[in-house]
Amino acid sequence: MRKLLVLIASLVLFAGCAEEPSNQPSSSGGGGAKDPCAAKSLSTVAEGKLTVATDKPAFPPWFQGSLKARSGYEGEVATEVAKRLKLPIEWVVEPFNKAYAPGPKDWDFDINQVTITEERERAIDFSDGYYDNSQGVLALKETPVAEAKSISDLKDHQFGAQVGTTSLAFISSTIQPSAEVKVFDTTNDAVSALKNSQIDALVTDVPTTVYLRDLVVKNSLVIGQYAPTEQFGMVFEEDNPLVECVNEALEEMKSDGTLEKLEQKFLQDYLQIPTLE
Amino acid sequence: MGLPPGAEPVPSSSSGSRGRGSRMFGGRGVLVSSASTIVFFALIALVVALAPGSSLVAERFFEPYHLNRSLFGTVTTPSVVGAFVLNIKMFLIAEVFILILALVVAIVRGIPGPVFFPFRAVAVGYTDLFRGVPLILVLYMIGFGLPGLGLKYFSSQSEVTYGVLALVLVYSAYVAEVYRAGIDSVHESQTAAARSLGLSRWQAMRFVVLPQAIRRVIPPLLNDFIGLQKDTALISVLGPIEAARAANIYAAEQFNYGSFVIAAFLFIIVTIPLARFTDRLIERDQRRRRAGAAL
Repeated sequence: MRKLLVLIASLVLFAGCAEEPSNQPSSSGGGGAKDPCAAKSLSTVAEGKLTVATDKPAFPPWFQGSLKARSGYEGEVATEVAKRLKLPIEWVVEPFNKAYAPGPKDWDFDINQVTITEERERAIDFSDGYYDNSQGVLALKETPVAEAKSISDLKDHQFGAQVGTTSLAFISSTIQPSAEVKVFDTTNDAVSALKNSQIDALVTDVPTTVYLRDLVVKNSLVIGQYAPTEQFGMVFEEDNPLVECVNEALEEMKSDGTLEKLEQKFLQDYLQIPTLE
Repeated sequence: MGLPPGAEPVPSSSSGSRGRGSRMFGGRGVLVSSASTIVFFALIALVVALAPGSSLVAERFFEPYHLNRSLFGTVTTPSVVGAFVLNIKMFLIAEVFILILALVVAIVRGIPGPVFFPFRAVAVGYTDLFRGVPLILVLYMIGFGLPGLGLKYFSSQSEVTYGVLALVLVYSAYVAEVYRAGIDSVHESQTAAARSLGLSRWQAMRFVVLPQAIRRVIPPLLNDFIGLQKDTALISVLGPIEAARAANIYAAEQFNYGSFVIAAFLFIIVTIPLARFTDRLIERDQRRRRAGAAL
């Protein structure tokens, strides 16, 4: 019996002791900490570098190149942020569905075309927006849906989208199709369904639709885009003080034109898609 | 398997001479078992409650607001309970086909004679193949492969149909083996006796072997069906919105996992009665066998 009591006591103690704040205030460096965003005083997951996560597979134009040296729009935005924080960058893989799980993270932020919404902000912290996103509609040429000129023309067609995307919410709240939308684990699966004519049209962000049209789905076209109503933001664990520093870097990149330059470099083709009313 | 008659463990009456003492021990037993149960669960609750992230997990998984909203759906997310109807439908339809196809495979596998070798070979090949390939791969191959072929009838079915087809193919392979075990467990003398009474080989199978075999395998069959009930969730990879997918959509939109708790709960309230029913059948079967042995 006494052994049992000891066991209970130690378990309780163990559980109590496990409590440890994961984010220490970032003022450990030497001397007077003037700039909280100076490389030395930043507390990152892995000391001395910025660990950035994204999902796999990652698509152009958001990501290009190898895991070690990521390019593409999001790849370079993150790299530029790291440069401005004066930290080397390291990429890791994090599935989208896990990015908002409770518990400590093994990355500083996740950059994965995540749309900023109020509901999501209750669970995690977002950086400021780094891209104004609009939804694009992809279909095969010479199918009835390809003739659509407005949102209401789309109503009576079978739609598909990737789970977890705001495209899915866009379909059900804005297009409001008569047939239940089909939902896939990955964009790749949705593309297979489109090629097989299991769905008439696929909705995703405009740059991805254009990439799919040009390089993945033969004989396809982007019917149109819906004016931007949302922004992509980087995902941080709740109350991570690093957000402020990343926002500062993003603000600088906006005002000195770096973001716009990157947009033009990677996302230029997407400005010519007609807008759906 | 059965114990020899008389060797059955008799828990309480063996200590007849102690009379009241045994009753008192029984009372103490109840006390000890309830105390240890309370301590056991209190301990688990304590460890979970004191865990550093417990309030975070409570909020992310068990917040009533999210449980409620995911259960009934929002403008942009489907209702989890509504989607669960699809799971039940797929389960019921697949079950019927599985019972039939698996029985055919099991019987074909047991047909004797060199002429029937190709049939036996097909049956063996089928079970080997579909027991060996993970269900999710079969789902992908059928769900995206068949429509891709561009055939007239086979390529224009709904995703739910392809999903059910994949479930039937995979689970029939398992269930065929369960049937075969049951058929093999019926002693050869039964067939011999039936044949000597003038029954044909098929009649002996139909009227003598199968009734005994199927009764014996009902518990493992139900066990497979509990698995089937859960695996209907995998069909979501093809696009249809069933309970797990509906939960996933909610979780991804709201960044809250409460919807998964709801979906899990729905699956549990369907499988638990099935599991208890299986237990009851096993018990009844054991009682009958003991009664038979005592004769």
